[in-house]
Amino acid sequence: MSMHTNAPLIEMSNVTKFYMMAREKTTVLHEVSLKVAHGDFLAIVGPSGSGKSTLMNIIGCLDLPSEGSYKLEGMEVTGQSDNKLAEMRNKKIGFIFQGYHLLPKLTALENCELPLIYRGLPGKERRMRAMDALERVGLGQRMHHRQNELSGGQQQRVAIARALATNPPMLLADEPTGALDSKTGMEVLSMMEELNRTGQTIVLITHDMEVAKRASRTVIIRDGVLTEHVRERRDGDETYTGPQDGSQERIVQQA
Amino acid sequence: MKLTQGLKMAVKSVLSNKLRTILSMLGILIGVATVIALVAMGKASSNEVAEQVSSLGSPNSLSVTILGRGTVTTLSVDEANELGDVSNIAGVAPVTSATGYAKYGKTEVSVTVEGITAAYEEVKDFPVQDGRYIASPDIKNNTKVALIGVDTATDLFEDEGEDPSAAVGKKITINGYQFTIVGLLESQGSSLTGSNDEKILIPVTTAQKIFQTKGVSTINLTVTDTELMARTVTAIEAVLYEKFRGNENAYRVLNQEEAMKTLNSVNETMNRQLIYVAIISLIVGGIGIMNIMLVSVTERTREIGIRKSLGAKKRDILFQFLVEAVCISGLGGALGIGLGYIASVIIGVVMQTETEVPIDTVWLAFAFSALVGVVFGYLPANKAAGLRPVDALRHD
Repeated sequence: MSMHTNAPLIEMSNVTKFYMMAREKTTVLHEVSLKVAHGDFLAIVGPSGSGKSTLMNIIGCLDLPSEGSYKLEGMEVTGQSDNKLAEMRNKKIGFIFQGYHLLPKLTALENCELPLIYRGLPGKERRMRAMDALERVGLGQRMHHRQNELSGGQQQRVAIARALATNPPMLLADEPTGALDSKTGMEVLSMMEELNRTGQTIVLITHDMEVAKRASRTVIIRDGVLTEHVRERRDGDETYTGPQDGSQERIVQQA
Repeated sequence: MKLTQGLKMAVKSVLSNKLRTILSMLGILIGVATVIALVAMGKASSNEVAEQVSSLGSPNSLSVTILGRGTVTTLSVDEANELGDVSNIAGVAPVTSATGYAKYGKTEVSVTVEGITAAYEEVKDFPVQDGRYIASPDIKNNTKVALIGVDTATDLFEDEGEDPSAAVGKKITINGYQFTIVGLLESQGSSLTGSNDEKILIPVTTAQKIFQTKGVSTINLTVTDTELMARTVTAIEAVLYEKFRGNENAYRVLNQEEAMKTLNSVNETMNRQLIYVAIISLIVGGIGIMNIMLVSVTERTREIGIRKSLGAKKRDILFQFLVEAVCISGLGGALGIGLGYIASVIIGVVMQTETEVPIDTVWLAFAFSALVGVVFGYLPANKAAGLRPVDALRHD
């Protein structure tokens, strides 16, 4: 994986996001600080309205923080132009959305090629990499199917393949199991775990604590405030030292 | 993103939504087809005018018509021949014309009889295919000889069981006077002034006698140098002004170039107006494309959001939508050209004229329709490019 830089993948310090609504300032994120290292599998958990979507948008360079600093692989995101943000999304982030967000008129393969087109790769290489990514998610046989010819789980796997095709340092998954039944949801999560084992950094956003349990590290967001959820992993793979009761929360103060 | 890739993507998108594409290109299609058909029609009518005008005579010819108004109403043959003294005049052929009745055996036809001088052959470029021409002695001696046009020969001889092409040597009567046919004229087709092949030519002096007219009705002239046409016309008008004692209504000087100009200017004015109408329809077509594209941007907001989240830059989206608009309008233009061609052929058949579609008009129409796509595609494309990815993704 792209470990060419020593800087942490995500380094957020005191990121605040507010919107002006009818001349009233609504603060959605309160001085959020977060650090994610390469190879992490982080779950961000929060109920609806907690600001987790806003946080995801900021992490995904879809939106800019109002205040504070956000560094992605050492590159400052705050204050960047739209074009630069688009480039960062293309190079650093693989999105997996709840609603798959595939383009219905394109085949699975063409969907996977899309981010590579925007990167400006030649057709042959694009095709190869997209096919490769589809093979990785086990859809080598369904490359030329369109969205409506694929099941929900398959669609989500195409979305994962599309995210993987660019070989990004980070996969950013927004409720990846939200639209799936629990069985296919588990399959998708297993696949993500598998990817993480090969060194892929994954940031997963969910409201479901069960889903979050699959991650190696969990943070909880509530009313725009981020807290670290420290627990022992159920498979005993100890990543974090700390209180072992698995229910404690403390304000993240890493930065 | 590469240019070719962008084109490929846009073409694919245009083709994948056929109904929308067809509906939005309809305006441009009809506009371009109208332009092509109108230009073809205009071309056909100006070709027709040119043909008719050129049948009046070669570009170096001039004609003076004696209208016979005022105190001095006639111009004698000798006076007419004096016009040959005007500089730049190469030949003078005075003509007096009347309608006569030609008879052969039991067949009688009404025909234009023109009294001519020997210069007629050269000035009007109207030779005989058989026999001889009317010569100076014929004029001097008032001989009763005639040249006959091919159509008149056919009318006169065919019913009598004679071969029209062997007309020379036959004797006919014109208004009761017996004439000997000495020459069969070449076929010249018809012009604005009627058929050139339905006439009989006799010596001018004989014509004046049998029709009891004085003077000549038309004087045909040729000039040496076409460039000096305008000056020559002025000089001739000056001579005639003198002859008719200042009555400008007694005569009219016509040259072919002027006639062509007058007829064509009418034609051009009409064509220009038709083209304006067609351009307006193209612009309306462009607005149609803009509307559809704007709706399409709203409809595809989520797609735009997805593309942006995958790393599409503002200019990528702008380019995509712009190219789509240009593809739609260009395709409409191309189909419109095809339809216009078909229309021009149909018009040609129905109106029985030779329509013609100039290739530069085709290019112009196509380029203009593509330009319409760029101009009217820009607003929707810019709207699409300006969408924020967060908002666009949330849209459903």
